[in-house]
Amino acid sequence: MDRVDFVTLALLLGLPPTLFALLAVGLDAKPVILWTDALLYLLVAAVTGFVLYARRRQDLRDTWRAVLRRPLGMAALVVLSAYGALGLVDSVHFRLPVSQGEGGEVHYAGESLSLFDLMATPLREGVEKTYSAPLAITAFVKETVERADGTRVREYPRLRYGGAHLDDPSRHRADVAARALWGAAQGALVAVAAFLLLAFLLARRHGWSWAEAAGRVLRGETTLPWWSALATLTVLLVLAGAVVQLAGGYHVFGTDKVGNDVLYQALKSVRTGLIIGTLTTLVMLPFALVLGVMAGYFRGWVDDVIQYLYTTLSSIPGVLLIAAAVLMLQVYMANHPELFETEAERADLRLFFLCVILGITSWTGLCRMLRGETLKLREMDYVTAARALGRRPGAILARHLTPNVLHIVLISVVLDFSGLVLAEAVLSYVGVGVDPSMHSWGNMINSARLEMAREPMVWWSLAAAFSFMFVLVLAANLFADAVRDAFDPRHARN
Amino acid sequence: MSAAIESATDSESPLLTVRGLTTAFPAGGGELRVVDGVDLELRRGETFALVGESGCGKSMTAFSILRLLPAGARLDGEVRLDGADLLALPEAAMRRVRGRRIAMIFQEPMTSLNPVLTVGRQIQEVLERHLGLRGRVARERILELLAEVGIPDPGKRIDEYPHQLSGGMKQRVMIAMALAGEPELLIADEPTTALDVTIQAQVLRLLQRLQRERGMALLLITHDLGVVAQMADRVAVMYAGQVVEEARREDFLRHRRHPYTRRLFQALPEARRRGQPLATIPGSVPSRFDRIPGCRFAERCDIAQPLCRERAPELLPVAGQRVRCFAVDPRFAARFPSPPALDVATEAVPGSRQQAATPLLEVSGLKVHFPIRRGLLKREVGRVYAVDGVDMAIAAGRTLALVGESGCGKTTVGKAILQLIRPTAGSVRFDDTELTTLKGEALRRRRRELQLVFQDPFSSMNPRMRVEEIVAEGLIAQKMVRDRRERRERVAELLRQVGLRPEVMDRYPHEFSGGQRQRICIARALAVSPRLIVCDEPTSALDVSVQAQILNLLAELQREMGLAYLFITHNLSVVGYLAHEVAVMYLGRVVEQGPAEAVLADPRHPYTQALVSAVPRVEEGGREVIRLEGDPPSPIAPPPGCHFAPRCPWAEARCQEAYPPVTALGEGRWVRCFLYGD
Repeated sequence: MDRVDFVTLALLLGLPPTLFALLAVGLDAKPVILWTDALLYLLVAAVTGFVLYARRRQDLRDTWRAVLRRPLGMAALVVLSAYGALGLVDSVHFRLPVSQGEGGEVHYAGESLSLFDLMATPLREGVEKTYSAPLAITAFVKETVERADGTRVREYPRLRYGGAHLDDPSRHRADVAARALWGAAQGALVAVAAFLLLAFLLARRHGWSWAEAAGRVLRGETTLPWWSALATLTVLLVLAGAVVQLAGGYHVFGTDKVGNDVLYQALKSVRTGLIIGTLTTLVMLPFALVLGVMAGYFRGWVDDVIQYLYTTLSSIPGVLLIAAAVLMLQVYMANHPELFETEAERADLRLFFLCVILGITSWTGLCRMLRGETLKLREMDYVTAARALGRRPGAILARHLTPNVLHIVLISVVLDFSGLVLAEAVLSYVGVGVDPSMHSWGNMINSARLEMAREPMVWWSLAAAFSFMFVLVLAANLFADAVRDAFDPRHARN
Repeated sequence: MSAAIESATDSESPLLTVRGLTTAFPAGGGELRVVDGVDLELRRGETFALVGESGCGKSMTAFSILRLLPAGARLDGEVRLDGADLLALPEAAMRRVRGRRIAMIFQEPMTSLNPVLTVGRQIQEVLERHLGLRGRVARERILELLAEVGIPDPGKRIDEYPHQLSGGMKQRVMIAMALAGEPELLIADEPTTALDVTIQAQVLRLLQRLQRERGMALLLITHDLGVVAQMADRVAVMYAGQVVEEARREDFLRHRRHPYTRRLFQALPEARRRGQPLATIPGSVPSRFDRIPGCRFAERCDIAQPLCRERAPELLPVAGQRVRCFAVDPRFAARFPSPPALDVATEAVPGSRQQAATPLLEVSGLKVHFPIRRGLLKREVGRVYAVDGVDMAIAAGRTLALVGESGCGKTTVGKAILQLIRPTAGSVRFDDTELTTLKGEALRRRRRELQLVFQDPFSSMNPRMRVEEIVAEGLIAQKMVRDRRERRERVAELLRQVGLRPEVMDRYPHEFSGGQRQRICIARALAVSPRLIVCDEPTSALDVSVQAQILNLLAELQREMGLAYLFITHNLSVVGYLAHEVAVMYLGRVVEQGPAEAVLADPRHPYTQALVSAVPRVEEGGREVIRLEGDPPSPIAPPPGCHFAPRCPWAEARCQEAYPPVTALGEGRWVRCFLYGD
């Protein structure tokens, strides 16, 4: 490991504690580490560690470069990173101080906020009375309003926050357009800055001049398709810039029944989706890997027991098992409110257990695949050689079999990710998913059930949840494709 | 081939003319010309052998003639079949040539047949496509074809699936398929490489007969000089995409003019080269050989002159041969040293004959049976008698070769000795310790004294480990080193010992060639300082010149360290070169054992005799080939009595009744055959 690697590792691992420290000093806040937060940090640390390890292993480095060499893979990675960053910012939790008691004693708010909540305070606090359409300045339904002169009129009242800065409602469209353009321009500016930074870094590494580096990136003459990453980033930044500017004055995706900003909900749901998609895998992986490889290598009664286990498990309908477990958990939590300091902790624990349950029901497929691959590998000469050299079975499993099935693990993990994000939506819709108080796309879709049935239709909750989920799942699937192409030995490597 | 046919065909215009054939693939920003300006001529009724080591472009030449190249390949030059330029034909017309006028058979009969179609259906496809035969007529023709390629009971076989046939049968079916279109030219790409020697002899004889009967031209692609000597009328040797020598067989065998050809012949292990190192060709084929300005072989040539590196030699006619070498060019010949006399056989190194007193390894009554279990309760319904009573002994510093065809149980014997498969019965004593009863930690510690080298250099190393980790595996498992530094030093030492530079230890296996990989595997085995190494066909996946390097290395290690080898092989020339003693196995039992020289020179058991005679040899001179019919029986249901009786030309009634007892022939030789009883 060289020095740069150490610095990167230290930075990445040190980031959450530093953030907490800063918050504690700057805001007098009390850090809260939820279960899922801790596991997410662990996952980030593990991924970072793996990246550093892969950089030193030439075979791994080459295959990963093959993933990134595909323009779509690169684009998908940029989108996924954006989601990931959002999810991480939303995973730094703390409780703000509310009042200073006597003797310097500090009381903290009952509600724990995340760093993202803090950044999106206007969105979070800009609560309207009820439904309003995207970018509207008036409510979605007519109300009886008492005028100053005492007359009562039924009209669409102005919103409390959406477009409140406009004195003249006729300037609404112009203002929206101006804000969108200005935001887009800001985004584009950041994109240009990113481009220049990239050109600078490439120029330094390859000893090119700035102009040459910039030209090569634009013409696609770099080994990795930076142009693809840059194009994706530009689109993202322009959209984000416009949305940020608009969100300053309007509800970009409207508001829901109780007047909460839908954009805020959709953004908060990103973390839920990511956690379900990644932590479930983390829970499932040890089962699948250890049991699958053991079944394949030891054969005999070990194989029989493991096979029995997973055939039994996979013949129970998954939803049934999940529903039963979640309902039991719900009852337990309802009977023991003293276990949880805040509402968020309760919701978080439910999310965590949902991951565990999903994990326990979904390891069978991967396990079966790993068993098959191990059956093939155990007959390889290098395994025989290791036995002849007197290696213990544990060492053979760890050094010879596991590294050679990891490509299957990786492929199935990235392929499963999008499936799990969708599974969350379905489960929450059915009512056995995450806590109703937790923001998630599933919950948004669930509430949209009634909104779609009313006349005029309230479509924006569903549209927001759908589009955010769609982009994430699409990016994950494209990335999975690239990973599979690079890692699957059956695909010819060019 | 008889002289009458040859003279008749000489006057005709050639059937196939290849001029300046060049096949190039896109590679790393440019092109790699894998076939570079090949000229060939084939007459009707002629067998033309294209010889060379792997990667020399011989198979690619065949695929280019048929235009069966992967996308992206560029094809240049001229291929004329009876005057018509094949390279100019549209693809649709080319499809009418493939299978009809030119047919091809491939090396691997297992993968060349479609497993879900019956044999008859697959041949019928050819008949339908090219001759428009259907229904009854087609079926009759298929039966005829199957009979013609010597498949017994064609009426039954026609409706069978490929998996029901043995390897030799499958290759026969492939030949029948190729013949179905009644081709004028048959291209055979290593047709017998995947087959056992006795089966190889059958298939080669079949090809010869069919060719004679039909007057077909045969383009035979092979790496086996023995097959060439037996089959070919004319020979072309390829090296790095070019033909370096072309000659009639007689001339080719008598005067090997190109230095590469000469070296190839000298690298062949033979009994008369015992005790002396084999000639090797240093280095390997350069990877971008088409960019070399001079002679492509110059880097590895023992007589190369400065001239060779500057200019590329042309294919020069020399006394009826054509040779691509400046040494035969009268203008330059004076600059070269006169070629050394054709390999001189010297006396074997004396002193290697004495019998060591105490054997290091003693195996007696070794049996390995694999139960076949069926049904819910896994009841044993039968057994595979893989190894069924084997006795042997090896002394320190000696080599025992275990010879036999595939499926005879020789690999299982090796694994059972190492306790990688637990024997069903019998004893394996190593240095006065009974290995079969050792368990757990004791066995694990003992393992360092017995090591293993495999056949396939590609699957014998974990692709995700670096060379250092691979070689050091035994050191770690046996706790023979204390820290990382010591480990690296020891690995470097081992790599040097097997002839590799220590710097390679940070690389991955895929960066090495087959021969280098085999060296690494030997280093891995040596790491734990073993006393016995079981070599399971260590050279059969390698080219002749590389095989010579590995054999030399093994011989040298034996001399230096007093290693004992159990050398499992099907290659009798290697046995003659390397082994002190030989044991011949047939269907789980040793049928003959004794000093290698004696057994090979004068085999006694009918099976050994057939085996020895079936090996295609380079030397000329008529020798009787004892032809075995049929395939070895299945080890699930071995025939009663002598296992070899069903194929034995001398079988008597009593052979079917009881397995013959051991008959000692003196000088440590014995045989299990009734012919020598009483």
